[in-house]
Amino acid sequence: MAKAKGGVEEMVLKGKIKVPYTWYVGECASRFYVELRDNKRIFGTKCAKCNKVIVPPRSSCGKCFVPITEWVEVKDTGVVQTYTVVHYAVPGIQPLKPPYAYGIIKLDGADTGFVHVIVGADLTALKAGTRVKAVFKEERQGNMLDIQYFTPV
Amino acid sequence: MERIAIVGVGQTKHERRKRADSFADMVYEVTTKALADASMTIKDVDNVITVSNDFWDGRTISSMAVTDACGSNGKNVSTVEGDGTFGALYGMMRILSGYYGTTLVVSHLKGSESSMPHITNAMFDPVYERMLGLDSISSSALQARAYMDRYGITEEQCARVSVKNHKNAKNNPNAQVAMDITIDDVMKSRMLADPIKLYDCSPISDGACAIILANEKRAQKITKKPVWVRGVGYCAEAYHLGDRDLADPIALKAAAKKAYSMAGITNPRAEIDVAEIYDAFSYMELLWMEGLGLCEPGRAGRLVEQGVTEMGGELPINPSGGVLSAHTVLVAGLVRIVEAALQLRGDSGKRQVAGAKTALAHGINGPCGQSHCVWILGN
Ligand SMILES: [Zn+2]
Repeated sequence: MAKAKGGVEEMVLKGKIKVPYTWYVGECASRFYVELRDNKRIFGTKCAKCNKVIVPPRSSCGKCFVPITEWVEVKDTGVVQTYTVVHYAVPGIQPLKPPYAYGIIKLDGADTGFVHVIVGADLTALKAGTRVKAVFKEERQGNMLDIQYFTPV
Repeated sequence: MERIAIVGVGQTKHERRKRADSFADMVYEVTTKALADASMTIKDVDNVITVSNDFWDGRTISSMAVTDACGSNGKNVSTVEGDGTFGALYGMMRILSGYYGTTLVVSHLKGSESSMPHITNAMFDPVYERMLGLDSISSSALQARAYMDRYGITEEQCARVSVKNHKNAKNNPNAQVAMDITIDDVMKSRMLADPIKLYDCSPISDGACAIILANEKRAQKITKKPVWVRGVGYCAEAYHLGDRDLADPIALKAAAKKAYSMAGITNPRAEIDVAEIYDAFSYMELLWMEGLGLCEPGRAGRLVEQGVTEMGGELPINPSGGVLSAHTVLVAGLVRIVEAALQLRGDSGKRQVAGAKTALAHGINGPCGQSHCVWILGN
């Protein structure tokens, strides 16, 4: 038995905080997720001031600090900007069993990076510049994992 | 601006699991150490800043566990949930307000009591990113890859940082992971999220740290060895990883520029004698060196190869062993300030950089160094 200071038995309390939340994602992300779920289409918003297409969409531009109202559809294909292959498992958090990859993907038509998972036969061949395409889930629920993963094309 | 000094410091030994100490035990230890270091009593402390995190501590109002232990009863106490460098900044601002003459800043964390991937996954936005399962290691791996691809930084150059800092830690009785390892050991350590391997990572740590800040009048009375704050800079950039250029730490560049300008530093590499940098991963020391303007972008790997940042080199970085050798989250930035202050007082023992007159301390907050706080200290 572990002894704390002064030779007293070390007592520990086990706890687990499980708090339910129901986050309203906002009008902007709602529209993004409805398009993803119902039409397998990926949308961004376009800042009228800097002309940047931001994906996933935001309702204001972080650079210009102006509201954004224009919606633009982007492709479900893009280029890997940076990536990593994950080799350790964290059950309950990770959406897939390792090894799988994360990538920041510049979707065709977008000006920002889109963070997602990448699955493929040979992840060791993954590089910055690799072209990837989204694979959509059959049963979509209106969240980021409606895109099951991206895969090299 | 009124001159502010660090007049007292205290830290625990940082350990994988501090079985014998609760949050309150650790905070009481560092508070009494800092008071003794400054030859002050708790009555001389005008106000208190605690630095802690509700998720890590598993309670809201995470300062609740330590109010008695930091002596804040009957005083104005406020909490920063972020790196200790930002807590120190808040503490300094409270003195600059003119309302307080001294501030105690104290930070605690026990990484051993919760789950690092669960907590760091929760720093990601639940609307767009959290479900993807990113945590501090996998997100940092994305940054490491972006940086290494941009400049041709090699895994061996990153490994050198780990070798250097773990060796430096042998001179620091408070460090957690002090060891002699080789580049080969780092290269062969378990791959976690490429290019990040086990020995490229900082450990999970328990510990606490405290500093006491004072205005000039009080500082002159309190100590013969005040460490003066010559400059502070801080800046944040975009939150979402995809909105940022992860290989270009623009927030750090801006923070460093502010701190240097305040301190009158025009050539940081030549004018800074020792730096304590937030190296949560080995690549970070290199990337932050560049962001701090200690070398041109892409050149930090070469500097490490040339031994410039080793003990005895032109600009020793992390003589304490850095965050790679003890990563008590939130506390670690405050430890960087303490280590820099000890260097300037000549109190660093075996890790002393001889004759240090100007020191830099650096802390980060948010995924992949979203925000940075840079301190220039002088004696
Ligand atoms: Zn804009």
